Amino acid sequence: MTAQALANAAYVVAALLFVMSLAGLSKHETGRTGIRYGIAGMAIAIAVTVWLSLSGSWTESTLLGVGLLVAALIVGAVIGLWRAKVVAMTGMPELIALFHSFVGLAAVLVGWNGALHAKELSAELAGVHSAEVFIGVFIGAVTFTGSIVAYLKLSAKMSSKPLILPGRNILNLLALLGFVVLTVAYVITPVLGLLIAVTILALALGWHLVASIGGGDMPVVVSMLNSYSGWAAAATGFLLGNDLLIVTGALVGSSGAYLSYIMCRAMNRSFISVIFGGYGIEAPSESDEEVGEHTETDAASVAELLSNAKTVVITPGYGMAVAQAQYPVAELAKKLREKGVEVRFGIHPVAGRLPGHMNVLLAEAKVPYDIVLEMDEINEDLASTNVVLVIGANDTVNPAATENPSSPIAGMPVLKVWEAENVIVFKRSMASGYAGVANPLFYKPNAKMLFGDAKEKVNDILKAL
Amino acid sequence: MSLIGVIKEQQAESRVAATPETVKVIVSLGYEVLVESGAGLKASFPDAAYVAAGAKIGSADAAWGADIVLTVSAPADAEIKKLKKSAVLVGVLSPALKPELLSALAAQGVTALAMDAVPRISRAQSMDVLSSMANIAGYRAVIEAAHEFGRFFTGQVTAAGKVAPAKVLVAGAGVAGLAAIGSASSLGAIVRATDPRPEVADQVKSIGGEYLLVEVEEKMESSDGYAKETGKAYDQRAAEIYSEQAADVDIIITTALIPGRPAPKLITAEDVALMKPGSVIVDMAAAQGGNVAGSVAGQKVVTANGVTILGYTDLPSRLPAQSSQLYGTNLVNLLKLLTPAKDGKAVIDFEDVVQRSVTVVQDGAITWPPPPVQVSAAPVAKAEPVAMPEKKTMSLRTRAALIAAGMAALFAVVSLAPAPLPQHFLVLMLSVVIGFYVIGKVHHALHTPLMSVTNAISGIVVVAAILQINDTNLLVQILAAVGILLASINVFGGFAVTSRMLKMFTRGDK
Repeated sequence: MTAQALANAAYVVAALLFVMSLAGLSKHETGRTGIRYGIAGMAIAIAVTVWLSLSGSWTESTLLGVGLLVAALIVGAVIGLWRAKVVAMTGMPELIALFHSFVGLAAVLVGWNGALHAKELSAELAGVHSAEVFIGVFIGAVTFTGSIVAYLKLSAKMSSKPLILPGRNILNLLALLGFVVLTVAYVITPVLGLLIAVTILALALGWHLVASIGGGDMPVVVSMLNSYSGWAAAATGFLLGNDLLIVTGALVGSSGAYLSYIMCRAMNRSFISVIFGGYGIEAPSESDEEVGEHTETDAASVAELLSNAKTVVITPGYGMAVAQAQYPVAELAKKLREKGVEVRFGIHPVAGRLPGHMNVLLAEAKVPYDIVLEMDEINEDLASTNVVLVIGANDTVNPAATENPSSPIAGMPVLKVWEAENVIVFKRSMASGYAGVANPLFYKPNAKMLFGDAKEKVNDILKAL
Repeated sequence: MSLIGVIKEQQAESRVAATPETVKVIVSLGYEVLVESGAGLKASFPDAAYVAAGAKIGSADAAWGADIVLTVSAPADAEIKKLKKSAVLVGVLSPALKPELLSALAAQGVTALAMDAVPRISRAQSMDVLSSMANIAGYRAVIEAAHEFGRFFTGQVTAAGKVAPAKVLVAGAGVAGLAAIGSASSLGAIVRATDPRPEVADQVKSIGGEYLLVEVEEKMESSDGYAKETGKAYDQRAAEIYSEQAADVDIIITTALIPGRPAPKLITAEDVALMKPGSVIVDMAAAQGGNVAGSVAGQKVVTANGVTILGYTDLPSRLPAQSSQLYGTNLVNLLKLLTPAKDGKAVIDFEDVVQRSVTVVQDGAITWPPPPVQVSAAPVAKAEPVAMPEKKTMSLRTRAALIAAGMAALFAVVSLAPAPLPQHFLVLMLSVVIGFYVIGKVHHALHTPLMSVTNAISGIVVVAAILQINDTNLLVQILAAVGILLASINVFGGFAVTSRMLKMFTRGDK
């Protein structure tokens, strides 16, 4: 039995564990077991690989390699664990985007190594090898810069407005075309210059792709980058002829793609239009014909309304994350439940900047997950709800999506909060949401506005209760 | 500062145009309020409560002589004479049905605002008395019917036998109809509803009724929020439905009104004859001629076959405290609109479509009818069919073609690829399929943990970097080390943050 055969067997086990890990996440109850499978799979994979790379004959470079390996693993582990420990749950989108960039960069480095490392190959396989290097580097580099831009946008270090270069679709297309041409050239004559060129091209493309997407589409972008990072890993698998990498990369890649698909469906838009179309670029359509007056209310009357209600639904949005209001909101829900009010949460699939972002925030604040419902589960019940609290959500509760066919968000499924008896909208001002669409909800006769910081206002209501 | 007079209504009317609560708001708008002694008695608001709210109590003449007079029902001729010139009269005046009232008011030289002429636009909903009163009337109609009906509404299974639930038909699903549907269904009855506007079907369903669609070619598009008169084919089919229903149901409540016209006849004498003895009909349109043959405005009639027909026209007035409060609030909202400066001076702005519509007489000149107001979005919806759906669903053929093309491409690539590649493709393909199936089952709330765990798993590139670390080329070694470092941040960080998140998800009922 050779070391390679043993390693291959261990890889099969690790791949299976990864599949079981993802399967475990299908339910809350099995989620933690799923994580353990994942960790076990990863531990086996790393241990076997380390052992495999050391099992050959020892030379001077092996010794250096071991040193570097151990040092890099430890430093990486420390940094990773530290970041994971300190990150605020509202900062999850940024962290995940940043992590994606690491995978992308690592894939680029592995690709470069594949090119620098001279292997003896037949002419036919050498060509394939070159192409694999290029594909791996390309995907990795796009993931890297794309994730960096997503990180900058999500952490507000860069304007979340879409960057609009003239002819940006043509630029993207030219970049893809350039990649094909460079790949062909590299397969014929593998020179370092071409590799550098393709790396720069891919870095620029990744940057431009994400820079031209607005902040509101970030859930799609993040899950798309998740997908890319998977394909990058799969590409390195092809490069090294390693099936574990291919399996894992494909799992991650398809997972990210599926999430992107769910997000796009939730916005009623095609994937292509999200990736290539700047949304919210169209200036807010000239103020709609019927812009009425909105009614303001104050914390005390909301408190009264809530304590007299039988059913309350809270629909949070990105604004709740920004205001860090999840704790007071959870407290409010708890208090009302103690009073016998039925409190539930309605989550739109694209609320927040990450798929499932709101769920994580509410879970952090100890809101029991069985009262946190998805849009489709709660939409039917909204008509029989006494009070709906809209906290920091806008486009996801916009009646224009169903009522106004000429609205840019027409056809997007939304939470039909306006069907409830009373709607209280927590908002900082009358500004429109990410899509830049005016929200007729604010002018509905059963809607009242509660202006100010969501966290403070919820605290005021708590006091009044 | 103007004086507002609140008068005591005529004998048949139990409502009052202002309650102590609304008086408070009117005073805060800068007005003085004078309430006729005993005005709120029937609605359970004693004079003392008005005084406590900041009003004065005075005689009938003093109240009618105020600058602004608030009433519920239209004034009698003798009362009009008591109004002073340039006074403003606010009340339910039915301008379309009572032209002689308008000319009498004009002759007196006053300004008259008709609360029932408020246009149906979102902004004016807070002043829409027709809606606020219809809501109350719809509820009361059910209560009156239940009172006359000698049975339960709800079905029960008792030791003494089974009781079938009552069947209620509501004709017209406007505000009153919907209120009636909701009240009847909450009493446990089986409720059916008809309406010429098919778009109300969802509203009917949402409050527990079943919508009976009259299936004919023509469709009603309502552009001003009210129902219109229907066509011939429609009427014929509708009549059939009413006959079928009359034989089946126990209670019929009719609410069909078309503004400014006599009420349409929906239930014929033959239909009434078909009904079971003990059945009850409430004709809420009796004041405008009635929807039911044989109904008498303001009266209870029992037919030869034992069917009770109620033609009460004072349904809101039978819940005086609440209807006064809602009507009073409608008035207050109008006063707020008229007094933007809150200085106790009412100004009528004809540029404002609401104020223009309610003003039926201005300084002795009749200004009815107002120019039409377009409010509903219905016509727009018709003009611009949504272009989305076509884009979304690819035709079956193009989809099959795409799949075939993809398969062919895959086949070509794999068949041409040299030795190790085909196996790799097989692995890749199978993993993608597994991935899609596994991920498709993930709970929506766990999408963020899913992302961070896949993130950790994609750190598997660490394996690739580890395999390269023993290279003889120093540069390769260094690059590999950087790769290991980056990827291991991902591996450790990703798993750690995911476990942290998953620990937070807790169930409520432990």
